[in-house]
Amino acid sequence: MERSFEKYFRQNRLPHLWCPGCGNGIVMKAIVQAIEKKGLDQDKTVIVSGIGCSSRASGYMDFDTLHTAHGRAIPFATGIKLANPELNVIVITGDGDCTAIGGNHFIHGCRRNVDLTVVLFNNSIYGMTGGQASPMTPTHKKATTAPYGAIDRNFDACRLAEAAGATYVARSTAFHVQHLTDMIAGGIDNKGFSFVEAICQCPTSFGRKNKMADPAKMMMWMRDNAVMKAAWDKLPDDKKTEEKFPIGLFYNESETDYATAYNEVIQIAGGADK
Amino acid sequence: MNSEITIKLPRCKGCGICVAFCPKQVLAVDELGKVMVVNADACIACGQCELRCPDYAIFVDKKVKA
Amino acid sequence: MSKARLMQGNEACVEGALAAGVRFFGGYPITPSTEVAEGMAKLLPTVGGKFVQMEDEIASMGVVLGASLAGKKAVTASSGPGISLKQELIGYAAAAEIPVVIVNVQRVGPSTGQPTAPSQGDVMQARWGTHGDHPMIALSPWSVREAFDTAVMAVNYSERFRTPVILLMDEIVGHLREKVELPEASAIEIYPRRKPTCSRAEGYEPFTPDKDLVPNTANFGEGYHIHVTGLIHDDTGFPIGSPKITREVTKRLHEKIDIARDEITHVEEYFMDDAEYAVVAFGGTARTAYEAVANARKKGIKVGMVRLITIWPFADKAIKKIAEKVKGILVAELNYGQLVGEVERVVAGKCPVELCAKYDMTIFEPAEIEAGIDELVAGGKA
Repeated sequence: MERSFEKYFRQNRLPHLWCPGCGNGIVMKAIVQAIEKKGLDQDKTVIVSGIGCSSRASGYMDFDTLHTAHGRAIPFATGIKLANPELNVIVITGDGDCTAIGGNHFIHGCRRNVDLTVVLFNNSIYGMTGGQASPMTPTHKKATTAPYGAIDRNFDACRLAEAAGATYVARSTAFHVQHLTDMIAGGIDNKGFSFVEAICQCPTSFGRKNKMADPAKMMMWMRDNAVMKAAWDKLPDDKKTEEKFPIGLFYNESETDYATAYNEVIQIAGGADK
Repeated sequence: MNSEITIKLPRCKGCGICVAFCPKQVLAVDELGKVMVVNADACIACGQCELRCPDYAIFVDKKVKA
Repeated sequence: MSKARLMQGNEACVEGALAAGVRFFGGYPITPSTEVAEGMAKLLPTVGGKFVQMEDEIASMGVVLGASLAGKKAVTASSGPGISLKQELIGYAAAAEIPVVIVNVQRVGPSTGQPTAPSQGDVMQARWGTHGDHPMIALSPWSVREAFDTAVMAVNYSERFRTPVILLMDEIVGHLREKVELPEASAIEIYPRRKPTCSRAEGYEPFTPDKDLVPNTANFGEGYHIHVTGLIHDDTGFPIGSPKITREVTKRLHEKIDIARDEITHVEEYFMDDAEYAVVAFGGTARTAYEAVANARKKGIKVGMVRLITIWPFADKAIKKIAEKVKGILVAELNYGQLVGEVERVVAGKCPVELCAKYDMTIFEPAEIEAGIDELVAGGKA
């Protein structure tokens, strides 16, 4: 039986260009399933992406789609949402795209609380260019530009988003598909800046460099090391070892979104009926 | 056979994720690098393969009893 | 009712953009363009439009492109350092054919330069600032009223050709205050957003060019499910690694402007009927050049002025015509010499071309250009 999520893909563009075992396909499916779950109008939903492996997702998704420049997805998405607030705007970005070259846009997007749902595909590496270290490559892990192991400290994008003012912050993984779908769906529900980090495997560029070339093993690593937030909060510090990480909804606060706030400006300025 | 396994072969890249997560060793990757069903009778239609396939290449339905 | 108002060039630019239908502005503060952002912040919500102050110049460029794709006419404004940062997405607008206007109120550069003294040093940046091959339209007003008119024109051209247009102001005109009377709304011609000519079911392709070589790309949210990318793409909008498509798209991007070149290249001539010499100038410098030419006329020199309103595409035809009839051309510009190279290219040795350059924070005095005219005349006689 044909799956209902297939209608959200541009069938003539599949199969996608991602490497065998790449987790991006799993996250992309989770996004469309969240869209389906929330019943978003396909004609009124825009997918905006940056540059990199993850950002190629927009081309496969059957909506109005925008493949922007490296790091710039959030400013473009902000313009789309403010210009036409009836559109649902979902941003697809990667760890390099979002937290390095797009880092400033990311924190200010959070601060403005524009009603966007940003899904960061975190594969810990610059995949498209062949495996260079990103700001989210865990310290000591290897990359082509960190052949002796990364010495940079890595970002926790969720904590960054929360500190910068995002009103919905969650993390999941490519292993926890249904949970990931729920986290994204929750982000769509939140009227404001929603950030979902989706940890996913890059067997080709990250895995091979770090003794984990088998994508299934990378997913099992996610299974074995992800800890649901409620359990994480109760976990003694000595059990929070380097490999362990929390997943789940970290933060959700209702705040006025930017377009709503601007409508008040229009009211005051007398332009409401123009 | 309790299930019907549909494979969209052009989409399969032979990554082996479905094989690794199948609890009943129903699947294998053939020498051309594509998934193949090697033990259909063992399938319990748990859907792990479909759930985890990054390429939307494999689908499992529970067989409706006649 | 007389609507004469004392107004600054930057303010007139805001009024012009709004009159042309602009309903979105994204920007970042930088002198001497800040009044454009401030004016937009004040006036846009009064007409139901939106203003957003972004975190940087790159984001300002991104946000206006997003707004334009969602159907709003959009403008951003900046000056030298900011325009340098915007180049990445100016190129994106050219490649993805997104209508947008970028106001550049020029100041002294390079880098932070001399904040915020006047300059016309961004002539070549306006044309070649971003990487890759694409054409550019740039307009330069010389008065407050013309700041209004060229803002309208810039918005219209951006829509008509689906291309970024640079409104190349300078600090002189940006901060100039003049009494102006703005035209009634009914007297302003507005080029509307282009619309798809067929439905999705009928095989709509967002980048299929119309007869004028410009595509009728749908806005987001209209049900067309279009894909927009900065990668070289075919008519469907999807990237394709094809030499043929790459060649055709690059050619079309240029030709869509080239075929309308005569129509969009605005040049004004003063005292040129019997002129034996010509001064070529634009923007704020043309004001001084005009006075210098008038003074030289009083001294009996048969000199005229050619003022470029459209800087890009360059006025090849007009300059060539002038070169046929005069004994020499003086290019007066507030930089080390940029436009002069274009004039030399077009004149191609038909008559001497001299440069009257100034790059010291201050604007031209008429006497300086007069001296340039005198030298040209002396050289021409020799």
